[in-house]
Amino acid sequence: MKEKPDVLQGTLALMVLKTLDVLGPQHGYGIARRVEQISGDLLAVNQGTLYPLLLKLEHEGSIASQWGASENNRRARFYRLTEAGRKQLQAETRDWEQTAAIIARFFDVKAEDLT
Amino acid sequence: MKFLRRFLIRLSNFATRRSGDQRLQDELAEHLALQIEENLSAGMAPAEARRQARLKLGAPEAIREDHHGEQSLPFVENLFQDLRLAVRMLLRSPGFSLIVIATMALGVGATTAIYSVIDATLLHPLPYPNPSELVRIEANLPGVGAHDVGISIPELRDLQNSGVFQNVSLCYFGTNNLTGSAQPAAIASKSVSPSYFAVLGVDPELGRTFDPHDATPGFNLEVVIGDGLWKRAFGADPHILGKSLRLDNDVFHVVGVMPASFRDQGQTSDERSTDLWAAAGFSGDPAPPPMRGTRFQFETIARLQPGLSPQAAQGRLDALVASLKKQYPADYPPQAEWTIHLTPLAETLVGNVRQSLILLSCAVGLVLLISCVNVANLLLARASARGREMAVRQALGAARTRLVRQLLTESLLLFVLGGITGFAVLFCARKFLLQFVPESLPRHNDISISWGVLAFAIVVSVAAGTVFGLVPAWLTSRLDLTATLRQEGRGSHGSRQRSRLRHVLVIGELALSLVLMVAASLLLRSFWDLFKVQLGFNPTRVMTVETRLPNPNDPSTDIYRTATQESVFLREALRRIQTLPGVEETAVGDRAAIPLGHGQNDRRTFPLFREGLEAQSSQPPLIDTSIVSPEYFHVLGMTLLRGRLFADQDLEATPLVAVINQAAARMYWPGKDGKGEDPVGKRVRLLGRLGLRRPDATTIVGVIADARTESLADAGIPKIYLDIYQRPAKTLAFFLRGPVDPAAISAQVRTQIQSVDAALPVIRVETLGEVLSSSLSVRRFSMEMVTLFAATALLLAGLGIYGTISYLVHEQSREIAIRLALGAQRRDILKMVLRQGLTLAAAGAGVGLVGALIVPHFMASLLYGVSPYDLSTLAGVTAVLTAVALAASYTPALRAMRLDPITTLHSD
Repeated sequence: MKEKPDVLQGTLALMVLKTLDVLGPQHGYGIARRVEQISGDLLAVNQGTLYPLLLKLEHEGSIASQWGASENNRRARFYRLTEAGRKQLQAETRDWEQTAAIIARFFDVKAEDLT
Repeated sequence: MKFLRRFLIRLSNFATRRSGDQRLQDELAEHLALQIEENLSAGMAPAEARRQARLKLGAPEAIREDHHGEQSLPFVENLFQDLRLAVRMLLRSPGFSLIVIATMALGVGATTAIYSVIDATLLHPLPYPNPSELVRIEANLPGVGAHDVGISIPELRDLQNSGVFQNVSLCYFGTNNLTGSAQPAAIASKSVSPSYFAVLGVDPELGRTFDPHDATPGFNLEVVIGDGLWKRAFGADPHILGKSLRLDNDVFHVVGVMPASFRDQGQTSDERSTDLWAAAGFSGDPAPPPMRGTRFQFETIARLQPGLSPQAAQGRLDALVASLKKQYPADYPPQAEWTIHLTPLAETLVGNVRQSLILLSCAVGLVLLISCVNVANLLLARASARGREMAVRQALGAARTRLVRQLLTESLLLFVLGGITGFAVLFCARKFLLQFVPESLPRHNDISISWGVLAFAIVVSVAAGTVFGLVPAWLTSRLDLTATLRQEGRGSHGSRQRSRLRHVLVIGELALSLVLMVAASLLLRSFWDLFKVQLGFNPTRVMTVETRLPNPNDPSTDIYRTATQESVFLREALRRIQTLPGVEETAVGDRAAIPLGHGQNDRRTFPLFREGLEAQSSQPPLIDTSIVSPEYFHVLGMTLLRGRLFADQDLEATPLVAVINQAAARMYWPGKDGKGEDPVGKRVRLLGRLGLRRPDATTIVGVIADARTESLADAGIPKIYLDIYQRPAKTLAFFLRGPVDPAAISAQVRTQIQSVDAALPVIRVETLGEVLSSSLSVRRFSMEMVTLFAATALLLAGLGIYGTISYLVHEQSREIAIRLALGAQRRDILKMVLRQGLTLAAAGAGVGLVGALIVPHFMASLLYGVSPYDLSTLAGVTAVLTAVALAASYTPALRAMRLDPITTLHSD
């Protein structure tokens, strides 16, 4: 079986933020599942690595967490995006789009364009 | 922001030891439960569902570690752990720790002590704002070999208007008689341009300083006084401003008091403790009219325009000089090559001590290096003892970098503790130690053990600990696991690399201490030679008592204006002093006549015009000049070679006469064939600054033998003596020969002098021996310090070699025991061990000798009468080093010799 690519920390953080932005408050398992789903199972998260990252994002103030009840009525920790996190997401989205656009242009270049 | 927030939260978690572990466990349990549920609903068997869920989650321990790492500050946590362990290790071997800490305390303490001296003198010599803007201006006439000839008032104005400087000031250090209080006092005072304080950039504590634009030609009768004088003479009177005081019979008004922290700039300690400043334009009485050719041999200091570098300023001054030469060709003859030179003021102040201080810092640097090497050596020795510990820890999975970190923490702790101990000792002993610092050192009073010095001590210990802890740590942690662990109880043998490094370290230590010892012995020999030098005069049982005649601003009010007027006082004072108990002979002269007793400020030099050789307008050589009474030469035991000395019939009305020394005869009357012509009967003119108003022709009547009156190191400085009964002098020194009581003489002479003129102060009473000894103070200080450092280095090197040989013996104890068991003679064992010590010493001495041939070359200017490559010194020092190495090896050698083969072999 071909190894699935490791998710870069920065990218994973962005995915977590985006997931919370789209779906609202989620617990760790939910986030892991969504990230896996959206990335089309291409990025199978070594799901445990999510938790230190969630703590880091919380320390940075991008997300906040509190205990709540999960869908089957068990105690679970729910994470939600904060205002600062939303801003960060917007900024990083812009950056990504810019980078992606540049790279895309770069790939589109043909030899005659450069003369 | 984000980073800071994250850091602060982690820091607070770390400090409060808050753990996120429980929360993580709960979350992970929930995560697993959810995953298992989903797996089950996807149709997996329960066991398989659990297994898959676990697999997908990953290793829980790794997650926990990462999570904890994010929750807290693992680096700091580890550091604390390492520190705790380091403290435990340190307490477990207190002897070792004590030796290391003491060695480092010695090294860092000595370095810090010298640093505190250098910090005050070399690094911050000028306690004024923007000190880099301050410069000293010197006019030179290289064409006629004249240096620092001074500048005239028109030249001063040209400089002030050049746009290069914010302010330019003349200053002249001298003494004034303060009368009116119970006892007339001599005040160290400076006559300055009104812009002086503007140049320095300091403000008074009370009142004001002088107006820089004051245009009074003579003295403006305002004075600024120092905090010391204010407290001493005026009881810190808060209403002092506007009060008058009488200086040299002139009435001045106090306009300002300087703060207690203010110290004047200057090259001698006398000058730096100036207590009173009077402003003058130097273009009217008592100064001569301002002529371009009338140069004042005063000091000129200035503050450059902000942002102008001394180099750029020098360039603009060169252009100014060129245009002035064109404008006034008569005043600046081309052959004199008049130039103006700028020197940063800081450099001129430390000039002559700079070399000594640099030498000291190099010496102390070597001591520090040696103590570090010694400690590194000890750490390496301990490395072999800890081989098993390291091996076990590595076997249990400790990474090598982690082990290095732990070992480095231990050595850093030892080094820093040593540094702090050194600093603490220094701090407690500072009063005691400061006594040894010569007073002639610039900013002597500002040397302090401050926070900056503490910071220095810590930085030095940390740097030394990192450098000298890293290599032992690296070598300690590098070991062959299986080999070390398999050596069971045998006591591990140090790795080859470690023992080679230890030998290199000991050899280096020996070499460094040899270099230091050579430097110290060269300084010692120079000092001794200087001390034993043929002086050319006899200082034994001679005392000097200084006084000073007033020099009022209006010459017509001067009661000692002419030599005849002054001679009445002098003869009467001499007659009375002669009657004092113990006094056998007396003489009088100006202050410049005190051999070696005058700093830069009192060295009087005058342009010497030789009749028939120099025209009045050309630039003559400068010659050191003293004014003395006829008995002076006899009191000081100087020998007449040709002609005659001064006699009673030489008076103001009779032709002026002078006596020169042989060096002057040789230099200025070399004769046509170079063999020298007889200067007796030749006529000269001495033209000069304030005070010497008779540039009349003077006949040389005698030549005396050279004496080292100007410099101990130089016998051949030309000198001319004038007769005090023909030329009055203001600063006077009475010379008393005989078995007088030094404690009582001051008061006795004061009574006698004041019974002639009650307004005269007695300034200073010294024996010529004291004068001589204080002229050597900076030399003595650096000699003593370097010798002390060399002794320390030798001690440390001895300890180093002792440690290494002891260790070698310990390592070879099995081999030695076997040899003994097989019938080796005990004497052979002793020889074998001693040979090892000698080999190290020989290698160290070899390397050190190479250094000793290079290093003293740089201190040639500090040496006197001994070559930097003095063979006997090198041989002697090598012998001492070898002896110490042998002595240090002897105890371990004895131990080796007395080894009991049976116990040794059994013990393994």
